[in-house]
Amino acid sequence: MSTYNAIRYNNPYTNAGSLILLSTQTASASTSISFTSGIDSTYKEYLFIFNNLHPATDGTPLLFNLSTDNGSNYNVTKTTTYFYAQHSESGTGASLAYDTGSDVAQSTGYARIAESTGADNDQVSSGYLHLFEPSSSTYVKHFISCFNCYQSGDYSLASYSAGYGNTVSPINSIDFKFSSGNIDDGTIQMFGVVS
Amino acid sequence: MSTYTDIRYDYNLPSSVGGAMKLISEQTASASSSISFTSGIDSTYRTYMFKFINIHPSSAGTFTFNMSTDGGSTYAVTKTSTFFYARQNESGTPTGLSYETGYDLAQSTSYQILTDSVPVNNDDSASGYLHLFNPSSTTYVKHFLANMNNTYSIECFITGYGNTTSAINAIDFKFASGNIDSGTIKMYGIA
Repeated sequence: MSTYNAIRYNNPYTNAGSLILLSTQTASASTSISFTSGIDSTYKEYLFIFNNLHPATDGTPLLFNLSTDNGSNYNVTKTTTYFYAQHSESGTGASLAYDTGSDVAQSTGYARIAESTGADNDQVSSGYLHLFEPSSSTYVKHFISCFNCYQSGDYSLASYSAGYGNTVSPINSIDFKFSSGNIDDGTIQMFGVVS
Repeated sequence: MSTYTDIRYDYNLPSSVGGAMKLISEQTASASSSISFTSGIDSTYRTYMFKFINIHPSSAGTFTFNMSTDGGSTYAVTKTSTFFYARQNESGTPTGLSYETGYDLAQSTSYQILTDSVPVNNDDSASGYLHLFNPSSTTYVKHFLANMNNTYSIECFITGYGNTTSAINAIDFKFASGNIDSGTIKMYGIA
């Protein structure tokens, strides 16, 4: 005979939704925001959503890096692409361009994912980043990101970056920071994507 | 004695059950002049996502959107945006990737274009999605990211911000001219 417990748990709850919220972090004059737990083989895809990241320093791009040692070091070798579309509030400067200064080639340094956000009171960046199968011990670790930035020169600046961590070691931590100064405000949420 | 109904509902599900992406509202067009979402956009969710499924016009035109800070009485939020596209005709030409200066906005209250002109053949339509970030913020601008495809094929990439620190509480979608003959728009909240 079925027990109450059997009834409770005999449902495929984990498949009920496509996104599972794993962690939310809110910046408050934070030097960086790291996720050092929850990135494992549970999900084949992770989604990070960035809401209203506000820099302490005017005109600073948002960067990220990966770790294979639980956050002791963020220095995974990466190769990336980076292009942007921009348009100013005055109606000038509309363009679409690849930015060779913002990509990286086999670099262990932090990689740019969003443009130079302004520090005016209402200026922020928002967007998302997908990280694919970070726990693989066979393949490289692909990521795809898209952001829109209220740029320091009063531009709407969209940035599209993609690339891969060129390692077959599992990725178990990720770090986000501005190129200089703190993350004054904003949230980053980490979701597991149910296959 | 407990009934089956008691058993079904006398249990608080874990917060993760059902996932972090919730369908809030779904609207299906039927010769509709526009589709508006005037409720459900609030501080409950940080991020909202709209899915556009086979939006079909009554006359060829661009599909557009605007936002409201007064519950939908007016759709006239100031926006600055970017717009670029990748395209290839069914005949294989022309192809290209290009910024479209005619479809972006600079501090304009006009509707933002989300697609190139969608044709009106029976099988023509546009589909895609739009993310709206933290619409209830009273501190920051309101970023949006959109990605649409319409028959030709033209994939459109649109981003920008509503340049207001007032909370956004309604959003409106329509073709630049004519009705939305058919199609579905779904609004989701993401944790």
